[in-house]
Amino acid sequence: MGTIRVENLYKIFGNKPHKALEMLKEGHDKQSVLDATGMTVGVSNASFTIESGEIFVIMGLSGSGKSTIVRLLNRLIEPTAGRVIVDGQDVTAMNNNDLVKFRLHNMSMVFQSFALMPHQNVLDNAAFGLELAGVDKEKRHQRAREALEQVGLAGWEDQYPDQLSGGMQQRVGLARGLAVDPEILLMDEAFSALDPLIRTEMQDELLKLQEEQQRTIVFISHDLDEALRIGDRIAIMEGGRVVQVGTPDEILQNPANDYVRAFFRGVDPTNVISAGDIVRDTHPTIVVTKKGSLRAAHEILSGSELEHGYVLDAKHRFLGIISSEGVREAIEEGRPDLTLSEVFLEDGDPVNLDESMQDILPMVASSPWPVPVVDADGVYKGVVSKNRFLRTLHRTEEAMNGEGAA
Amino acid sequence: MFEEILIPLDQWVSVFIEWLVDNHREFFQTLKWPVEQLLNGFEHGLNALHPAIVIAVICLAAWKFSGKRLAAFSLAATVTVGLLGLWEDTMITLAMVLSSVIICTLFGVPLGIMAGRSDRFEASLRPVLDAMQTTPAFVYLVPIVMLFSVGNVAGVLATIIFALPPIIRLTSLGIRGVHPELVEAAQAFGATRRQVLVKVQIPLAMPTILAGLNQTIMMALSMVVIAALIGAGGLGSPVILGLNTLDIGRAVVGGVGIVLMAIVLDRITQSMAQRK
Repeated sequence: MGTIRVENLYKIFGNKPHKALEMLKEGHDKQSVLDATGMTVGVSNASFTIESGEIFVIMGLSGSGKSTIVRLLNRLIEPTAGRVIVDGQDVTAMNNNDLVKFRLHNMSMVFQSFALMPHQNVLDNAAFGLELAGVDKEKRHQRAREALEQVGLAGWEDQYPDQLSGGMQQRVGLARGLAVDPEILLMDEAFSALDPLIRTEMQDELLKLQEEQQRTIVFISHDLDEALRIGDRIAIMEGGRVVQVGTPDEILQNPANDYVRAFFRGVDPTNVISAGDIVRDTHPTIVVTKKGSLRAAHEILSGSELEHGYVLDAKHRFLGIISSEGVREAIEEGRPDLTLSEVFLEDGDPVNLDESMQDILPMVASSPWPVPVVDADGVYKGVVSKNRFLRTLHRTEEAMNGEGAA
Repeated sequence: MFEEILIPLDQWVSVFIEWLVDNHREFFQTLKWPVEQLLNGFEHGLNALHPAIVIAVICLAAWKFSGKRLAAFSLAATVTVGLLGLWEDTMITLAMVLSSVIICTLFGVPLGIMAGRSDRFEASLRPVLDAMQTTPAFVYLVPIVMLFSVGNVAGVLATIIFALPPIIRLTSLGIRGVHPELVEAAQAFGATRRQVLVKVQIPLAMPTILAGLNQTIMMALSMVVIAALIGAGGLGSPVILGLNTLDIGRAVVGGVGIVLMAIVLDRITQSMAQRK
């Protein structure tokens, strides 16, 4: 639940939007529409789908229409044309009653300026959505307490918003959004007003919450680092249009135009590309059921040109690394009945799929063998070699700088 | 050049008022009825109470909303008023102020809320409020007497005309002063128009609305003397009497009573507004 489909969505600000709409459909841009009609284009022909449970970041400079588009999703701003469909329900066609119900239960929002009620304490602020829904006091306070605990604000219930720091106020804002248990959370530059250290902390908090319970999060940001850090997918907006939608490294490796490229210029690609993006299954693996035999391993390794082998259990979970030299020595010393685990190389630890190139750089640089990569369950996915690492680095630099000049 | 063509507005108005008096006096007398009930209730009530009780209530209110200093001042002021022989007049004035302020609040707050939420309504209301505040009271005293006859009730009605605008204006200002992001946040969480009003706009506008109430009370008090001109009793009558008979002492005593009451009511309502 929580899939949002946006179809040919337009928003034109002004009293006669239809002429402007015609012009946009004929292919004119924001500026020429403004010159000809005096109407401001907020969003022009936006179409994309936000999958259930993903963090979808909408990014753009100020005036690109990103704050408008998030308000079209819950109709705080009425769209001029187009449709927003959430789990098959056409939000744009709802009457006032249905819209109120939809906002009460399906979609909540976190604001850049926090927008907490100054006359209510932290607990009542967190319970605000439930209060509107008519949930009785005891129940809504209990839910609000749970939500406050989730964001690390237990014990602050009786304070008033102006007694809290900016970061804590936004935690209350987040708790207010979570307390109604929505499928979709809209976050409009939610962390932009916070100082950098607190911002990073809040991003981690959000990722942690997302791990506990997957919601569809639509996150508006003008900060590329933020988008790359938390976004499963990113949509980039320019002048009211959505110019590109994709995963961070899709966009990074294949920017749609100079605007997008300009955005990413100066970004360190090693922060964006993860181990999972460059992992390759090039090395021999040895699957063992119980102890594993040295001789069998020796056979496999000598059959390949490569020096190292990766030992997995029956479920393909990574156990350790062996070298052909180590195996040979053990056999020559006349101890062929040793188990494989006794000849594992030291420091042969794996890295995780979603660790960035930046994170794995020290391991790739220092270990003599290609670094093994595993997923969250410890299942072996392949290796990242020094060679592969350097080639990826080189190629992305080229993509960003080389083509931009043309 | 204006000698030949003149608009006979004076005649039109005279004819119109005469027509109203001849044909619709009953309607205005009906209108008068609830005001009369309210006013009489307060007047009888306040005069029936022992002065000590009234003084105690005023001092307690001062103590609760502000503190010991204002309570002490209120005690001194009310006792002084009594010692000056103005107790009965003060109670009549208090009853008139209370009645007109209650009626002003009853109409002013809803009108102010409507004006705060609709630009068009605000724009059409503004010239009316301007006229109510700037038209000299003497202009509407005569028609009021013709329609409602003389006395305390006519005094209250004249007071309402003068004292109503500030509470409307400040209520509207308060509603408009609520940060739009807070209204947006409430809407985003599924608030209806009514919920936005009751749970966000009114609570946040409350200090400004109370400032409007304070202004309305002050304006009502400033009408006391003028109301006395059309036969309303209270603290205005010694002033008018003193003026007519050149009895300066008497006029000053009445004036002192008005000032003391004004200070007490102003400080109490101001601290109410600042408290939240």
